[in-house]
Formats: sequence, structure tokens, C-alpha cells
Amino acid sequence: MPVSPAATAHQFDNLEQQREAATFGMWVFLATEILIFGALFAGYSAYRAWYSHHFEAASSKLNILIGGINTVVLLTSSLTMALSVHYAHIGRQRALVWCLVLTALLGTLFMVFKAIEYYTDYLDNLMPPVAFDPAEWRSLPSPADPGRVQLFLVFYYVMTGLHAVHLTVGIGIMVWLIVRANAGRFGPERYHPVEVAGLYWHFVDVVWIFLLPLLYLIGTHSLSDLHF
Amino acid sequence: MTDRIIPPTTYYNVFAALIALTLLTVGVSFIDLGAMHTVVGLAIAIVKSLLVVLFFMHLLYSSNRSRLAIGAGLFWLGILLALTLADYFTRHWWAY
Repeated sequence: MPVSPAATAHQFDNLEQQREAATFGMWVFLATEILIFGALFAGYSAYRAWYSHHFEAASSKLNILIGGINTVVLLTSSLTMALSVHYAHIGRQRALVWCLVLTALLGTLFMVFKAIEYYTDYLDNLMPPVAFDPAEWRSLPSPADPGRVQLFLVFYYVMTGLHAVHLTVGIGIMVWLIVRANAGRFGPERYHPVEVAGLYWHFVDVVWIFLLPLLYLIGTHSLSDLHF
Repeated sequence: MTDRIIPPTTYYNVFAALIALTLLTVGVSFIDLGAMHTVVGLAIAIVKSLLVVLFFMHLLYSSNRSRLAIGAGLFWLGILLALTLADYFTRHWWAY
């Protein structure tokens, strides 16, 4: 791996300081990201506690099959991301490029599944106001207030939507990294851009790890509900 | 942040644990646990996110500066959740 002559930017004393500054900057940014999602989680928690029954009834109607598959897809993309950082670190350029491509593809696959899922939500009348049947919820064995069910669904769309926006940004960063990695810009001397992008990618994964139980798993699912 | 090279085997093991925990958490959603669904789901999510943060994000091997940043984020998240929910959970005019 050829060492780039400008491996250290002029404002840094050495490579170690440069890497440290880059990762610290990303951690600070992620701290603010925790609060962006944290506000949504706080709002969700308040109403989830107030309207437990309605939230649980609505949650058990979400598409757990696609939600579960997407969790596996995203976790796999985190593995390939971690391996990307590893291969950048030890200077194996081909393996780095392939792992970055896999990460971007898995992220895209997640988005495709998410789009299919939104469509099944539409078919399942879980998309107020365009597809929603208040009578369906009033006629449950244990009736749920349609307005409170809609509140859960709004949280579902806003939280998964904000997550999808973050993932889209992540895929864009992957494409940028692939181009740079292909040009041989990363190696043992300079791999912090991959490391920093990895931190962001894993953070988006962690958000999903919490969205899965809070949105999909608070009610009891029935095996007969499994469908695409 | 560190120069230390973590063997890929570590990542594969962490990944296997993450997949196993995902199957577990989705699996228990088919058993009627009532209110315990949220508790079980969150407990598994915390374990999974710890695995990701400690190993994939290298927090286990990183400097105290990075730990300070993530600690500050979690501390403020704690304030946000505690004060908001202390309000909502203690109102006498329950909305429902």
C-alpha cells in the first residue's frame, strides 16, 4: 500500500492525533444524534405508557417478517462495515473495496425491503389517512381507539422514516468511500475516513436495534400474520 | 481509537451473537408475554447495542476522550427521558 505523501493534514502533529481528532469529532456528532432520536423515543415512551393497549394492538399488526429480515440485513451490513475498517487498517485494498460495496448493497437492500413493507402496510390499512379503517379497531375483541392507533402509526412512520433518511446518507457516504478506496486513498497510514464512516453506520444500526422491539415487538404476534 | 488490529474472528463471533439475539427477540414476540414484551425486547436491544458499540465501534479499545463524548450523549439522553417522563407519568389528570 503506497503511503500518501499528505497522509497527515497540516494542522495535525502526527497520524495518531489526526485519527483521534476525526473519531472524537464523529462521537460528538453521534452524541447530538442520540438526542435527535432521543426526543422521538421520549415522545413515544410517554404515549406508549398512556395508551399501552392501543399501541400494543397496533404494534402486533406491523409486518414482523420484513422487520425481522431487515434487522438481519442491517446487522450483516454492520459486519461488512467492521470488516471494511479492518481491511483498510491492514492495507488490503481489494477486500476493502468489496466490503464497502457489500455494505452499500445491504443498506440498499434494507431500503428496498422497507419500501415493500410500507406498501404492505398500505395494503393492511395501516397507513392513515390514505388507508385506514377505524371500524376495524373498534371491532377488536378488546376495542382500540382508532385515534390512538393512528398516533402509534405516526410514531412508526416518523421514526422509521428518520432512520431511513440516515441510512440513505450512509449509503451516499459508502459510495464516496468506494470511489476513494478504489483509487487507493486508504491504507494503514490513513484509514480514519473509513473508521469514522463506520462509526456513523454502526450508530444507524444501533437506532434500528431499538426501533425493532419498540415498534414491532411490544404486542403479541400471530404466526398466521407472517406475510410479505 | 487505536492502532490495535482486532482479528476478524471477533467480528464474526459478535455478528453470530447479534443474529442469535435477533431470532430470540422476534421469536418471543409470538408468545403472549403481555407487558413483559417491552421489558424483554428492550433488555435484548441493550445487549445487542452494547455488542455493536463495544466491538464494531471499538469503544472497548478507544480513548477516554471518545468515551466522554458518548457518555455525555447518554447523560443528556437520560435527562431528556427522565424529566419528560417524570412529567407525563405523574399527571393527575390522566388523559385516558
